[in-house]
Amino acid sequence: MRIVVCVKTNLDLQMVRIRGREPVLEAVPYKVGDLEKNALEAALKLKEGGLEATIVAVTVAEGDRKIGETLKEALAIGADEAVVVNDPALAATDQAAVAAALAGAIGHTGGADLVLCGEGSTDGYSGIVGSRVAELLGVPQLGYARSVTVTDGAVTAERSLDDQIETLRAPLPALVSVVSEINEPRIPGLMQIMKAGKKPLTELTLADLGIDPQAAGRQTTVLSDLAEEQDRKHIMIEGDAAEQAAGLVDALAKEGVLRR
Amino acid sequence: MADMLIYSESPAAACELAAGGRRLATELGLGLSAAALGPDAAATASDLGACGADRVFVADDPALADLPTDVVAEALAQIAGQGEAECFLLGSTRRGKELAGRLAQKLDAGAVTDVTSLSVEDGALVGARYSLGGATVAEVRIDTPVKVFAVMPKVFDVAQAEAGAGEVVRVGLSLAPSGVELVGRAAREGEAVDLEAAPLIVGAGRGFAAREDLDLARDLAAALEAELACTKSLADFEWLPEDRIVGLSGAKTSPDLYVGVGISGQVQHTVGVSRAKTIVAVNTDKEAPIFRLADYGIVGDLYEVVPALIEALKSR
Repeated sequence: MRIVVCVKTNLDLQMVRIRGREPVLEAVPYKVGDLEKNALEAALKLKEGGLEATIVAVTVAEGDRKIGETLKEALAIGADEAVVVNDPALAATDQAAVAAALAGAIGHTGGADLVLCGEGSTDGYSGIVGSRVAELLGVPQLGYARSVTVTDGAVTAERSLDDQIETLRAPLPALVSVVSEINEPRIPGLMQIMKAGKKPLTELTLADLGIDPQAAGRQTTVLSDLAEEQDRKHIMIEGDAAEQAAGLVDALAKEGVLRR
Repeated sequence: MADMLIYSESPAAACELAAGGRRLATELGLGLSAAALGPDAAATASDLGACGADRVFVADDPALADLPTDVVAEALAQIAGQGEAECFLLGSTRRGKELAGRLAQKLDAGAVTDVTSLSVEDGALVGARYSLGGATVAEVRIDTPVKVFAVMPKVFDVAQAEAGAGEVVRVGLSLAPSGVELVGRAAREGEAVDLEAAPLIVGAGRGFAAREDLDLARDLAAALEAELACTKSLADFEWLPEDRIVGLSGAKTSPDLYVGVGISGQVQHTVGVSRAKTIVAVNTDKEAPIFRLADYGIVGDLYEVVPALIEALKSR
């Protein structure tokens, strides 16, 4: 069977800084997102558990970004092959066009029995691309899985909802999105990294998928994107530990936030 | 008249959406309708009217019994056709977000999830949501003819609700059974803690070197009569349960006092803290970003500062 893992190239949020109220994104590197690593790990666990499967990492890129590095990381972690829809028209787009490109790439490269993705990307975190892909592929979806098993042509997932744990089962093909607690993603070793360069990598454009780049525009407009204004006192309490502790307790008592 | 249509699987969230949607719909010149789906639909319909809906579409088709996402999306798409809905307000729960994507895709609609406030600007709805892991707040407008907003719990105040006409409309839908089978449901295990309602919180981060050292944080929380919370990384280490996470992947708190101990202050955490009235930070690194958010900062070793703090609190 073919397991497709949707991999987004995320901004490394650890490197995002705020200047004034503006986010500084220049020179912020991209990397395989954390939740995507969980999805990849889930695919690898299924395969190591005895499921005969080819694992395909699929991603989208906007033409010029060093996407090869991301896919190499996915291949090093354990994907067998990688597919990228690399098209300048995807530079200024949002979730619907990304989902269309992912679903198109899946259809174009042999389909999928199981699609795995993260519950959201660590940077954008809309959490809706997986749903859109499932709808486009016309397959059932099992979102927010904290466990996933495949038996007898069906996938079972225990999903972690706000107030409940729900166990769902669906016949394949199906889409499963995973939450971070599903597993601890492995870190590839040097040998895996060396081998990754030799694995097959397919590059496609939107035209290859029969998608009109004109139709890949944004559905939403971001009017502003600024850090929240914070009005804080910024009082640093100096001294040794005992003096600092006494100073803080005094200050908190004056704030009226202590219970006794 | 075109409608704003609200839906959530949670009756409480649906009422909040109706209460908030009422005001926005009026401002936009839209009617406000609601969808009540599933076995309890008829029972919740009148509540939705009382919370603000002029029309409540009721459907209890057997395919809706467990409210599976694919069938709910199809039901709402069909109701949208009958009710001329051009704007959806859904609840931004996990179910709601899953639904938002599926419904938006069916309707060629743009969607914005995790909305923390909604306003009308130049005749269009604009939703605010945290962006870049919570470092920023993005104001987003949807440009498609049909729009889907998934709104976080408690954004709208149900106490502000004004009743709508509440006309109940039974709709006949054509729904195929879900592709997903519900095998079972269980309550979340583990101690349930409601950090979002907690008035005082002590947050622990990676400054704690070992699991057993968290007893210090527990003792500080006890001395303050505060709830104990943590960053995602401590929950990832399984030092504390997931329901103690504050931040992007956990609780968005608004306590009177937040004391962050051994927390560097990555935005993924501070997004859950920034609405606290008073913020205290204890960290060895004076450059740690948490100090930019702090009202009171202590640069020091938590293993010295926290015992001293507990002592000072006890001797008050």
